[in-house]
Amino acid sequence: MRTRPLRPTPHSVTGFPSTVPEPQRPPRRAFGTWLLAAPVLALLIWTVVYPNVAVIIGSFDNGLENWRAFAVSPADREALITTLVISVGSVIAATAIGIPLAFLLSRFEFRGRRILSAIATLPAALPPLVGVVAFLFLYGESGVVTRTVQEVLGLEQAPWSLTGAWAIIFVHAYTMYVFVFLFVSAGLERFDTTLDEAASGLGATRGTRLWRITLPLLTPSIAGAMLLVFMNSLGSFSAPFIFGGGLRVLSTQIVASKTSGAMGMAYVETTVLAVSAVLALALFRWFETRRTYAMSGKGRATRVVVRSRIARYLSFPLALLFVAVLILPHAMVILISFARDGTWTTQILPPAYTLDNFRRLATESQLWTPIRNSVSMAMLSTLANVIICFVAAYLIVLRRFRGRRLLEILVALPWAIPATAIAIGLASTFTVNDPLTARVLLVGTFWILPLAYFIRGIPLVVTATEGSLKQMDPSLEDAARGLGASWWLTMWRVILPAARPGLVAGAMLAAVTAVGEFVASVVLYTHANRPISIEILAQLRDLAFGAAAGYSVLLILLTLGITLAARWGESRLIANG
Amino acid sequence: MERVPTPHPPSPTPQTRLSLQNLSRRFGASAAVDDLTLEIASGELLALIGASGSGKTTTLRMVAGYEAPDAGAVLLDGKNITSLPPARRDFGMVFQHYALFPHMSVGENVAFGLQARGVNRTDRVARAAQALNNVGLGGAAGRPVQSLSGGEQQRVALARALVIEPKVLLLDEPLSNLDPTLRRATREELRATLQRLGVTALFVTHDQDDAFAVADRVALIQRGRLLQVGTPEELHDRPASRAVAEFIGHSTLVKARLDNSDGREARGDRVTITIADREREYAASAPGYTRSPDVFAVLRPEGLALAAPDAASAWPGVVTGRRFAAGLVVYHVRLSDAVEVQLYSTDRGVAEGERVGVSVTREPVAVVDV
Repeated sequence: MRTRPLRPTPHSVTGFPSTVPEPQRPPRRAFGTWLLAAPVLALLIWTVVYPNVAVIIGSFDNGLENWRAFAVSPADREALITTLVISVGSVIAATAIGIPLAFLLSRFEFRGRRILSAIATLPAALPPLVGVVAFLFLYGESGVVTRTVQEVLGLEQAPWSLTGAWAIIFVHAYTMYVFVFLFVSAGLERFDTTLDEAASGLGATRGTRLWRITLPLLTPSIAGAMLLVFMNSLGSFSAPFIFGGGLRVLSTQIVASKTSGAMGMAYVETTVLAVSAVLALALFRWFETRRTYAMSGKGRATRVVVRSRIARYLSFPLALLFVAVLILPHAMVILISFARDGTWTTQILPPAYTLDNFRRLATESQLWTPIRNSVSMAMLSTLANVIICFVAAYLIVLRRFRGRRLLEILVALPWAIPATAIAIGLASTFTVNDPLTARVLLVGTFWILPLAYFIRGIPLVVTATEGSLKQMDPSLEDAARGLGASWWLTMWRVILPAARPGLVAGAMLAAVTAVGEFVASVVLYTHANRPISIEILAQLRDLAFGAAAGYSVLLILLTLGITLAARWGESRLIANG
Repeated sequence: MERVPTPHPPSPTPQTRLSLQNLSRRFGASAAVDDLTLEIASGELLALIGASGSGKTTTLRMVAGYEAPDAGAVLLDGKNITSLPPARRDFGMVFQHYALFPHMSVGENVAFGLQARGVNRTDRVARAAQALNNVGLGGAAGRPVQSLSGGEQQRVALARALVIEPKVLLLDEPLSNLDPTLRRATREELRATLQRLGVTALFVTHDQDDAFAVADRVALIQRGRLLQVGTPEELHDRPASRAVAEFIGHSTLVKARLDNSDGREARGDRVTITIADREREYAASAPGYTRSPDVFAVLRPEGLALAAPDAASAWPGVVTGRRFAAGLVVYHVRLSDAVEVQLYSTDRGVAEGERVGVSVTREPVAVVDV
């Protein structure tokens, strides 16, 4: 499920610095810069690098024994192959939906286009576990759609079962086509339409133009989106965990190994997963540097009005059907949240409805705890993200110092490493209080989850803030200092306002990710600090679908609330000058 | 604005290559192109000029087939091609920002149109190389387009449009992205190349210097309507209307009276210009129809000269401004409360505020309807 940001970073889709030349930075006061950079670098090395290195070292605990066991284990070989197959399958499926949809919505005008555009990114707004739960309610063996088809066709058994690789790819396609759609739409928006006109004037047919001009020029966007889908699928946990059946993938294998106490094996599996992800990223980077074009010129994109009679009659119902498919998971979660637990057995739709699920959430403190946990932990991690990431982005964009490159890599690293791997690293590092090895006891305490959320939020907040700071004229800082402003005043009145739009947007994304976080949580939670996602899972295990859906609805509302609060805050700040 | 009949009615001849007949295109309530009729002969270089928003680019896009006219027709060699898609018109087009394909090399860009026509690889490479040679870029085929300077990009765009041996070459502001020095050199070169290859070309620009330097004939349009079409000299010396006189070159329009005018044969007639109660009479050039004896005389800097303040044939005035421009001095001289003229002089010794005389040195003086 969605474990990574869906937003392309401003200068490169990989999050690593691109080769695009940057504006010249003046050399600056080195000592002051280091005073600022050293703590940030130390913190990142301690929380991001150290645990992952510990995992790699841990995998060699018994010499090569763990690795040998991994190599000969049929289960692990299956997990590795299945992970790769699912990842490639997800890329193909997401691309097959995302590219045509992007073309359709940006190049054609037809009835139903507006509503389809408005709804097309909706799947991305579903918290990771919630999406999977919704699919279970819809397409699972006793799901609404499954039973409807069974009823209509008069079948003895369910027409399909939502298990195995196909099920996972199906869920991935639904949630991840949005990346492809967004990237390709953005690419088409930047596309210089005179290139297409030039080709057509030179005698190229529609097909030639698509194949020789449009697609090659969109390659960076498409490849970036494919990488994102691939990396997300590689680290995907929720979908394999819920519908895997007997299927093994690396992320679930890691958790299984850890749960059964085979830590050495868990370390090997984690290393393999993390290295695969970093390799995919490196491969993409190499590809990206080879083909990057600056698109100049003003694109005069006009939508072609669909004139064919058949297409005109069909477009509206087809658009509505697609919209329905996209809305269905959200609608289903909301519907089930009103279902009376225990009454829904063999009917297509739940037979009895009640407000009890929500009433219990509000009255039973036991049930309220996960919500309080998620909100407070997300607030803490986001606050830390805002402070640390603002400083990091400031250093990266406006300062020149030895170690800047290292800082850039450190802040991008949590993006490249799957959440399960990050969690295993934390779980194996912060288990004892040992100042000599720079370890503190966090596992089993409240603080381990906010730390995990903080780490996952770093790339989101830094890249967004960098985007804003890069638009600032670097000489503004010098101008402020030249007018006699202190460093603090310059930060407060010049740098922070310039960084604010990105900082707010990044903080919003980080908070949304943290409040619904599942993948790292499932490795690290304790009963006392269990977040909403873990409680949803617990309710599902008890077959309390209504309660699980109730939590899911609350999570969706929280996500929505954070988004609206961020927008409201930003507009008020702008209104106040 | 009253419709002025086209001063030089188009006469379709056997060599007419491209013909625009009553083309109109509206965007919402406003007409971008309004009943435009124009003929371009085979091998002719015709420039379409006008201020921005005058409809010249829309006209070009309709000719190229990127825009469909609301009314009217485009004829190529007498055949109606109005509804033919751009890919099948066999036109070459040079875009304002060149529209070079950034993912292809220079050679691939130039060869693209040949590939679209199914030309085999060997011929493609040879013809692309030849086309690059024609624009002085031989040997550049392997370079990435991003490595080219603005002037080189412009020439690659030209080579790409010419290599398909287009029936008509269309150029949309091809010089506007070049710096002034390069621009002057490039327009000479462009004319030489097109003439050498005998290309029929329609060239859109807002810059009359570009148009006069490149084109055989110039068509001036304003608010989507054709004002006048003719050689650069014709447009300059015998403007068909006040709008043409104001657009082309620098001019001061002065109220005047056309004497002995029967309305039609105005050439050779006399025009009387009165400034500050001093009447002066000159030979007049009034092409086309003049409705009334009350006209504007077009006083251009080239047709005026400094004289003594009390010279008999001159109008007295006061210098209100002077500016040095490449060897000459441009003087602004106020002749009356309503009339201020510009003129060029090699005499640099006249100061602001000085009293001078201004005389008309070139006849006939162009006149236009009020």
